[in-house]
Amino acid sequence: MIQAIVFLPLIGFLIAGLFGRRIGARASELVTTTLLFIAAGFSWIVFFDVALGHGHASAPVLANWFTSGKLSVDWALRVDSLTAVMLVVVNTVSALVHFYSIGYMHEDPSRPRFFAYLSLFTFAMLSLVTADNLVQMFFGWEGVGLASYLLIGFWYQKPSANAAAIKAFVVNRVGDFGFALGIFLVFQLTQSLSFEQVFAAVPGIAGHKIHVFGADFDALTLATFLLFIGAMGKSAQFLLHTWLPDAMEGPTPVSALIHAATMVTAGVFMVARLSPIFEYAPDTLAFVTLIGAITAFFAATIGLVQNDIKRVIAYSTCSQLGYMFVAEGVGAYSLGVFHLFTHAFFKALLFLGAGSVIHAMHHEQDMRNMGGLWNKIPFTFAMMTIGTLALTGVGIPGTELGFAGFFSKDAIIEAAFAAGEHRSVAYLAFISTVVAAGLTSFYSWRLVFMTFFGKAKESHADARAAHGHDDHTHADAHAHGHDDHAHDDHGHGHHAPHESPIVMLIPLAVLAVGAVAAGAVFMGDFAGHGYDEFWKGALYTGHDNHILHAMHEIPHWVSYAATVMMILGFLGAFFVYQLAPGTAQKIAHAFPRLYRFLLNKWYFDELYDAIFVRPAFALGRLLWKGGDGRIIDGLGPDGIAARVVDGARLAVKLQTGYVYHYAFAMLIGVAAVVTWFVAGGLR
Amino acid sequence: MFGFGILTGLTFLPLVGAAFILTLKGESEATLRNAKWAALLTTIVVFLLSLVVWGRFDTASAAFQLVEERAWFGAGLTYKMGVDGFSIPFVLLTTFLTPFAILASWESVKFRLKEYLVAFLVLETLMIGVFCALDLVLFYLFFEGGLIPMFLIIGIWGGKRRVYASFKFFLYTLAGSLLMLIAILAIYGKTGTTDIAILLETKFPPSMQIWLWLAFFASFAVKMPMWPVHTWLPDAHVEAPTAGSVILAAILLKMGGYGFIRFSLPMFPDASAYFAPLVYALSVIAVIYTSLVALVQEDIKKLIAYSSIAHMGFVTMGLFTLTTQGVQGAMFLMISHGFVSGALFLCVGVIYDRMHTREIAAYGGLVNRMPLYAVTFMIFTMANVGLPGTSGFVGEFLTLAGAFVANSWVALFATSGVVLSAAYALYLYRRVVFGALEKPSLQTISDLSARELVLFVPLIALTLYYGVRPGPILEASAASVANLLQSHTALANAAHVVAQAAQ
Repeated sequence: MIQAIVFLPLIGFLIAGLFGRRIGARASELVTTTLLFIAAGFSWIVFFDVALGHGHASAPVLANWFTSGKLSVDWALRVDSLTAVMLVVVNTVSALVHFYSIGYMHEDPSRPRFFAYLSLFTFAMLSLVTADNLVQMFFGWEGVGLASYLLIGFWYQKPSANAAAIKAFVVNRVGDFGFALGIFLVFQLTQSLSFEQVFAAVPGIAGHKIHVFGADFDALTLATFLLFIGAMGKSAQFLLHTWLPDAMEGPTPVSALIHAATMVTAGVFMVARLSPIFEYAPDTLAFVTLIGAITAFFAATIGLVQNDIKRVIAYSTCSQLGYMFVAEGVGAYSLGVFHLFTHAFFKALLFLGAGSVIHAMHHEQDMRNMGGLWNKIPFTFAMMTIGTLALTGVGIPGTELGFAGFFSKDAIIEAAFAAGEHRSVAYLAFISTVVAAGLTSFYSWRLVFMTFFGKAKESHADARAAHGHDDHTHADAHAHGHDDHAHDDHGHGHHAPHESPIVMLIPLAVLAVGAVAAGAVFMGDFAGHGYDEFWKGALYTGHDNHILHAMHEIPHWVSYAATVMMILGFLGAFFVYQLAPGTAQKIAHAFPRLYRFLLNKWYFDELYDAIFVRPAFALGRLLWKGGDGRIIDGLGPDGIAARVVDGARLAVKLQTGYVYHYAFAMLIGVAAVVTWFVAGGLR
Repeated sequence: MFGFGILTGLTFLPLVGAAFILTLKGESEATLRNAKWAALLTTIVVFLLSLVVWGRFDTASAAFQLVEERAWFGAGLTYKMGVDGFSIPFVLLTTFLTPFAILASWESVKFRLKEYLVAFLVLETLMIGVFCALDLVLFYLFFEGGLIPMFLIIGIWGGKRRVYASFKFFLYTLAGSLLMLIAILAIYGKTGTTDIAILLETKFPPSMQIWLWLAFFASFAVKMPMWPVHTWLPDAHVEAPTAGSVILAAILLKMGGYGFIRFSLPMFPDASAYFAPLVYALSVIAVIYTSLVALVQEDIKKLIAYSSIAHMGFVTMGLFTLTTQGVQGAMFLMISHGFVSGALFLCVGVIYDRMHTREIAAYGGLVNRMPLYAVTFMIFTMANVGLPGTSGFVGEFLTLAGAFVANSWVALFATSGVVLSAAYALYLYRRVVFGALEKPSLQTISDLSARELVLFVPLIALTLYYGVRPGPILEASAASVANLLQSHTALANAAHVVAQAAQ
């Protein structure tokens, strides 16, 4: 079963990738999508068996990968409750995104390639979540990075897409740099990389010091810290977040699958998977909390002012990932994973909904050019509203009534408060997440108001679309004449926003069900009374980790805080964008510095460009021309060689045509000289 | 069988093909075609024969196998051949890649084709000889002899600045080799033998080891090449014809690494331990320095050449960690780099044959007309940056894991190479392959031909196969590596005992 789940997407990738041109776009779509739906079905079976039922965790070994001394790494497929949760998330969203893409991408001539990449991504992600050792996890980790790189740069004619793809890969590699060092340190500490053996060895080395990098460190703190750098890169946390917004250059279904629901949560998964190590490293956990808290707040502030519909959601993703790390940092791993689970549904819903809006607007992404769409694309509007309600965490505190985000997000805020008793950084996280809850509500409703309400501006949008804003080529529009949908009117000057085809709306509806119900249905299992039966030890918590109990003994006002902030955020957005349009501009004019600071994303791109990118190129040029050219060649060979070459030129002139013979004479000469020396000369 | 052993047959078989080509008269098309097929068939037969050698080789043993020995030039010299776990992977790499070099030259060499083919066949003999020789003098002859055909290949069939490049190449490597020659004479003077198997059992006094180590190091460091004696390599690569670059990067560079593992580490263990920090420093500098330089290159071949130097930095670092992972990783990385860098130079050759320029700026948007090429180039780019699942990953990972145990600072700096390699490799790929196809000169460029596909498919298959199942290569050297490290550990323990006794 698990073999089928992991390898079906790989088979889909190979079929669409190798034979896509031969079998055609339609066949590629059908093959990959069908295989993904089968894998998704199997995943739910595994989920019901292993997580909800009484199935046992297992880790069948497929083969040895490599062995060198004590370092032995297997290809294995580990299945436990944590993996089962991830399988469901990855394959469900992936199957729906495959399905949705049939509609969204139907004008693109390179669909076989697109579907092949999607399936490749899914395979890599599955090998990541089923890893039974750190190296296989690293394989999946870099594999999803590759797929992400390929998909961000899918429209390779666009320079901005290519730049974003490289940026994503390289920034992720910075994280992987830490991850790799963490792996090496873990191997040095435990002489193994397989999870079972590492986890078994960890209690024995808790508190031990290790001398590396010229200083004594607490061994496990340093190891987890290095590993967490990898998580920061993949999950776009503060300092390593810069690639995620740019990654929106990729097609929107990609953003939904990779840059919202699955790949970016790999860091959260990693910390949960390695909870048996992180639990012994309280200092690292404090750092995780801090980074999560900063990201949750910081990304939300940027989301307030962005105008590209996808970028708003991208910063929202960044911010929500911060919430998940806050949960894990305070020891509530299950809440982090639970938020990962619910977030996958509503964030994929929001992205695919945004894709539907963009589709309706003929590839317009700037919200300033939208407006009044609610009655033109009512279904999309309804779905986006559900997604927004789920993201902002609408629900009635103290009851079991609420959308998905209400359960998972509010629980994280409560856990942060409860943990504050022991660690002051958790109070900071509490404040930051509560404030971010208000900001989330504000930017989410801002998005809804700017897109669906107000005056319709689509004529303006047409003008822009006509100016080459459209990335799709229409070369094969004729080949799809059977597709009787409104795209045929491209280029005829009449662009009315239109509802998306049914193939795009069904995935929205399915995800909407998850966004509404995932919280209420699964809260008890993930983090309530069903905790032990559900996780069956897949997540580890230390003996003095009582966070899941402590969070129920907090003052009442705490559980209302998030809801109050959510309402304030909504009212703020309603006032600024509905009651008094133009207020936003007034605020921006009143605080121009702050506005530009946020609009330019705290100037991180400029900062990194100035301190990393440009110096690297300048240094490279200096080392090349100065180091290699002037110093090494100048002092070394060129002082000598310049003369020799002069002489050699003369020699070559004399010998043109006979160099060959001379060479053989030289070989014989060398042999003769050596022979004479060795055989005779030394006697 | 024929009065000589299989290794001798393997080594000198290419000369038979070369002799046959020399007998062909005239420059008619049919003659040239016969010459090409003769060369190709010879190299293929050599490869098949090397598989027989591989079949007879026992990977469980660390001893020299298939040994042949006979007197040569009277009493003074012996002709001794044999293979062990360190050399057999390189023999196979050489015999495997030479047919590709011949095939890559199928259409691109326009003049003196017969001589060109003869040069390659002679080169193959010398390269196999280096890896099979079990006598120091014999080794030296093969080692230095290899310079000559390569010197000619660059100097005659190379690009515009071929004379400068070939002399730079020749002088650098020859200067290193002369020091090695002196060391060989000193060894002979001290021990009275040049039999490598005996020398490996010989204990040299530490003070002598230092000088011998340095002399050998001078030669191997140039071959590798290590920073700061690397500047000949970019020039040589840029000017060499495609097949020359392939052999240079894939095999000739590995002779330096082979030299370290065959001589420096086992024969001069004290000096190796003493100089390890120096090697670490040079390796780490090589990784970071050349990666940064690669970032700003404007010539595709130069960029890949600098990338090769960076990868060889991982190799030297891994070897001198003297850990199982480090040494095995270095062995694996050398073999893997043979496939990957060879394939990358073939990739450059494909577009050079079409456009006759290596300027990165002359390309862009190739994917639009060359999708197969884009996929091929992508796979090898990813292998070059060490993506897990390709053979490039295993070697880098193991050398770094070994380095971390030996010296965490070294591992820290060297690991930063993975970030830089991603940057320069993807930046190159973007400028050459991605983007819109706007340059008029590229409008009619054609995708890979059937011959080129034949070149790439086996290399892709091996790169991916050894990425997922690297076992065969690792196992081949496992026993020899264990043996090498055991003697080092014994030595370290002995030193420890002596030190304690002295107290």
